[in-house]
Amino acid sequence: MFWLLFLALLLVFAASLYIGAQRSRQVAGPNTHVLHSRPSYHGGYLAIMATVPALGLLIIWSIAQGPIIDGMVVGQFSDEFEALSLPEREAFLRDARAIAFGGIVSFTDELKEAAAAIYENLYRISNMAMTVLIALLVIVGFRRGYSSIEPKRRTRHFVERAVMILLIACSVVAIFTTVGIVLSLIFESIRFFTMIPIHNFLFGLHWSPQSAFAGAGEVVDANPEVFGAIPLLAGTLFITFIAMLVAGPVGLFAAIYLSDYASNTVRAVAKPVLEVLAGVPTVVYGFFAALTVAPFIRNSGEGLGLDVSSESALAAGLVMGIMIIPFVSSLSDDVISAVPQSLRDGSLALGSTKSETIRRVVLPAALPGIVSAMILAISRAIGETMIVVMAAGLAANLTINPLEAVTTVTVQIVTLLVGDQEFDSAKTLAAFALGLLLFCVTLTLNFIALRVVQKYREQYD
Amino acid sequence: MTDVAASPPAAGAPSQGQGLHTSDAARKRLKARYASEARFKFFGIAAVLTAAFFLVLLLSTIVGQAIPAFNQHYVTIPVDLSQESLDPNNEGEAVLRRVDYDAVVRNGLRSLFPYVESRGDRRTLGGLVSSGSAVRIRQAVLDDPDATIGQTSFAVPLDDVADLYFKGQVSEERFVETTGEASPTGTEGTIQILSTANDFRDLLADVKDFLGEQADEVERELASRERSLERAEIDIVSYRDRMPEEGADRREFFEDQVQILERGINGLNANIRDLTAELADLRARSTAAGADEVLTTELPSILVEINGGVVKASSINATAVEGEVIVPLTTTAAASGGDWSIREVVLPERNRKLDDRSLIYLDQLAAEERVERQFNMIFFSSGASREAELAGIWGAVVGSFFTMIVTLSLAFPLGVAAAIYLEEFAPKNRLTQLIEVNINNLAAVPSIVFGLLGLAVFLNTFGLPRSAPLVGGMVLALLTLPTIIIASRAALRAVPPSIREGALGVGASKLQTVLHHVLPLAMPGILTGTIIGMAQALGETAPLLMIGMVAFIVDIPSTPVDPSTVLPVQIFMWADFPEVLFRQKTSAAILVLLAFLVTMNALAVILRKRFERRW
Repeated sequence: MFWLLFLALLLVFAASLYIGAQRSRQVAGPNTHVLHSRPSYHGGYLAIMATVPALGLLIIWSIAQGPIIDGMVVGQFSDEFEALSLPEREAFLRDARAIAFGGIVSFTDELKEAAAAIYENLYRISNMAMTVLIALLVIVGFRRGYSSIEPKRRTRHFVERAVMILLIACSVVAIFTTVGIVLSLIFESIRFFTMIPIHNFLFGLHWSPQSAFAGAGEVVDANPEVFGAIPLLAGTLFITFIAMLVAGPVGLFAAIYLSDYASNTVRAVAKPVLEVLAGVPTVVYGFFAALTVAPFIRNSGEGLGLDVSSESALAAGLVMGIMIIPFVSSLSDDVISAVPQSLRDGSLALGSTKSETIRRVVLPAALPGIVSAMILAISRAIGETMIVVMAAGLAANLTINPLEAVTTVTVQIVTLLVGDQEFDSAKTLAAFALGLLLFCVTLTLNFIALRVVQKYREQYD
Repeated sequence: MTDVAASPPAAGAPSQGQGLHTSDAARKRLKARYASEARFKFFGIAAVLTAAFFLVLLLSTIVGQAIPAFNQHYVTIPVDLSQESLDPNNEGEAVLRRVDYDAVVRNGLRSLFPYVESRGDRRTLGGLVSSGSAVRIRQAVLDDPDATIGQTSFAVPLDDVADLYFKGQVSEERFVETTGEASPTGTEGTIQILSTANDFRDLLADVKDFLGEQADEVERELASRERSLERAEIDIVSYRDRMPEEGADRREFFEDQVQILERGINGLNANIRDLTAELADLRARSTAAGADEVLTTELPSILVEINGGVVKASSINATAVEGEVIVPLTTTAAASGGDWSIREVVLPERNRKLDDRSLIYLDQLAAEERVERQFNMIFFSSGASREAELAGIWGAVVGSFFTMIVTLSLAFPLGVAAAIYLEEFAPKNRLTQLIEVNINNLAAVPSIVFGLLGLAVFLNTFGLPRSAPLVGGMVLALLTLPTIIIASRAALRAVPPSIREGALGVGASKLQTVLHHVLPLAMPGILTGTIIGMAQALGETAPLLMIGMVAFIVDIPSTPVDPSTVLPVQIFMWADFPEVLFRQKTSAAILVLLAFLVTMNALAVILRKRFERRW
């Protein structure tokens, strides 16, 4: 129904564009220059007048009708609902809707059939009312717009203001996204922290939410002892550390070499290599880590007589490091290239070698940018998901042995949320608390990276 | 760097030709500086080469694994698809739908192997072709009854392990030249084959070597168990030592730990005893030269082909084998050297998915020229399946396509509109600053957090369907929005002010200036940014896991609200399956994904090269 009406409104919009333009030419007579605005703006004016109010109504109605009709059905069956718990009520309504509109019904009885009938009826009435109202709005808007088209009408201003509102609305989507992220994370996290005290979550040393409950379906209070996030944080930082051990030096040296040493031909080959490395999806790196790197490390470790877990932190960290190399190198390349040539020339003129110039002049000058690049890389590594999901372990070990398995925040979010889930259990909500933690950590790191550049950057030129 | 200043040429410098560096110390210093210069440069080169090496390693691993998956083997089996057997009364589709096509496949296979009689062997035989064979025949009959009914043969896909066998990926094999005259003692059942020469000597030696290698392996395992044992004992001692110092609850925990360890130690001890015995046995067998050897499933298989039959050896000595006849022999006549052959399948039967019997059956099919290698159409045309040989990526490709459509139709208009506003109209105030900070921040938020947003807002609050490309597209749109906005702003900024001034000068309004003049000029840059953003979205996996696109979906989605999966998620799911063919198909799917990404990026590069203008 929504899409049908939406399509109809689009048709009206297109038609009004044309009719409005024609009408303006008609009222202008042979001299179109008497029009304040060009005919197309009159068309736009008419189209907006005719469809925008109706569109607004359509959207609001479509969003609001579901809950309102649910409420009405609940009102009809208030006596029967007394006996039911909240999930049972939801299941009841879901089944009734499924009976009415087709869908998968778990089981049915007379009561549900009755509710379904009411549903069907209410929706029919609602849809009819909506259609009639929208048609009315379109007709009224169209007539008002049509009759008000006259040469002096400043329809361009009207249309431009409307477009400007649209542009602002689009820009605000970014804010809404952030607000949406923050609110949804905080909202679910608060629910989690009512079940599990926040200090247990932040400072607990033991993480095994799978063991939090006695059995499937049983409603038991979650054991707060098993929701300690410290092992996850430690694991995340550990893998990130290994990754940075790889990506930091390799990325930085690659950037130095490409910006200060490499000939144009070398650069023409090496830059695309790094770009391709950056463009490879992380799931591919994960596959590579799990099926090539991890077994290789395991086998070579066993060759040396070491016990290596097949999900060792080393494998995940190494591959994550490879993934981050291009990130570090391209960011560092930018800041190194931004150091003015005059500084290099001055240093070389004093007789220093190229490497001395780089080490003692260029790098200090570029230091804030490089530090910020490293921090951003760390933030990226912390939030990276697929590599660790595929190559790191699930068990939350608190260890600094790179050959053992550790788990990370992102791995746990995925494990907790993939598959069957009840939305009220502490297990599921824990994922949101972890998400909030992740969001805060990466946000802080990004903020620090930004501040480092702002605060310590030297302005040359 | 201050050598010149630090060591001025001494008065009355001795000799010419040494430049400024006159003292030994200066020359040494210079040498050290040049060495460090060379070192530094080497590090740079090493770093670039490391990155290149990883890329080559990554791509070659994946390409190497993917190539076999692009082909698939089919076997043509005789089938009885006559009108009389399928639909004797010519009742049409309703009857054709209910025919037992499994029986059609089964009977077809059996007719090729008349000597296969026992129930177990028949099951082995049935397992050679894909379990989806019957469904394929049924589909062919229903799709085109006129052409299919009456067919006497039908090509069905082989089972994944059988497919791998023909790709040579099951085991190494060795053929041994025969010189002596061999005489079998029977044509069926358990028989002996006696050779007049030492034809089996080398094989026997091979087997002994193999036993020796196995013994080495057991020895290594034994050593590792002993290490574990030692560690557990040390742990117990340390727990016991610390126990008195701890509080009551900790002590209880420690006691539990000690008990667990003790149980572990008991297990380990038993294990070590077993391994020690096994080791002794293996060593004895491998060193007893020339003795008869019983071929268990843990040893390489030896198959003897003689007089049109095949015998699987169960024990071997230098001149004879004893074993079970798998394909009956035609006669018991002696075969002269070269007319009979011995074949060794190196990987022990226990360690492969394909047993000797299946292998012999497959060889027979190949000898009858019934097996054919084809381009793997199934991979490109079908959806997910639990059977490796039937699994394809088409469902995921279509899902990805719908997702990308939704993403593009949301992110592109929103992103361009936001960029236009921020770059061309926005006054410098709190709100616009907030928006800019927000956009920069969103670009750095981990993608999985967007997945959490999608789960909490789109699924749980708005009640949109799980696993649908619509929701996936919405989440990815939010994810790519910052990329598109940032790229579009850069493109708009690159348009010189003279264009704007010219338009304004001839009386265009600000909006007209932007929409009619600036935006068209910025479009190539904007499109380039959009394509790069879309490529990023196409490879994104984590947020889609959160909104349930990780489900196992067989059907090809036909609308953006049907449950479906996408290419990267399909790769993620397949990577988890243990079958070798699934691993190869995962690599092949990765290649397809990379091909899409390369195409998109190439398009972006071309667009930039073609339309980029320097003002």
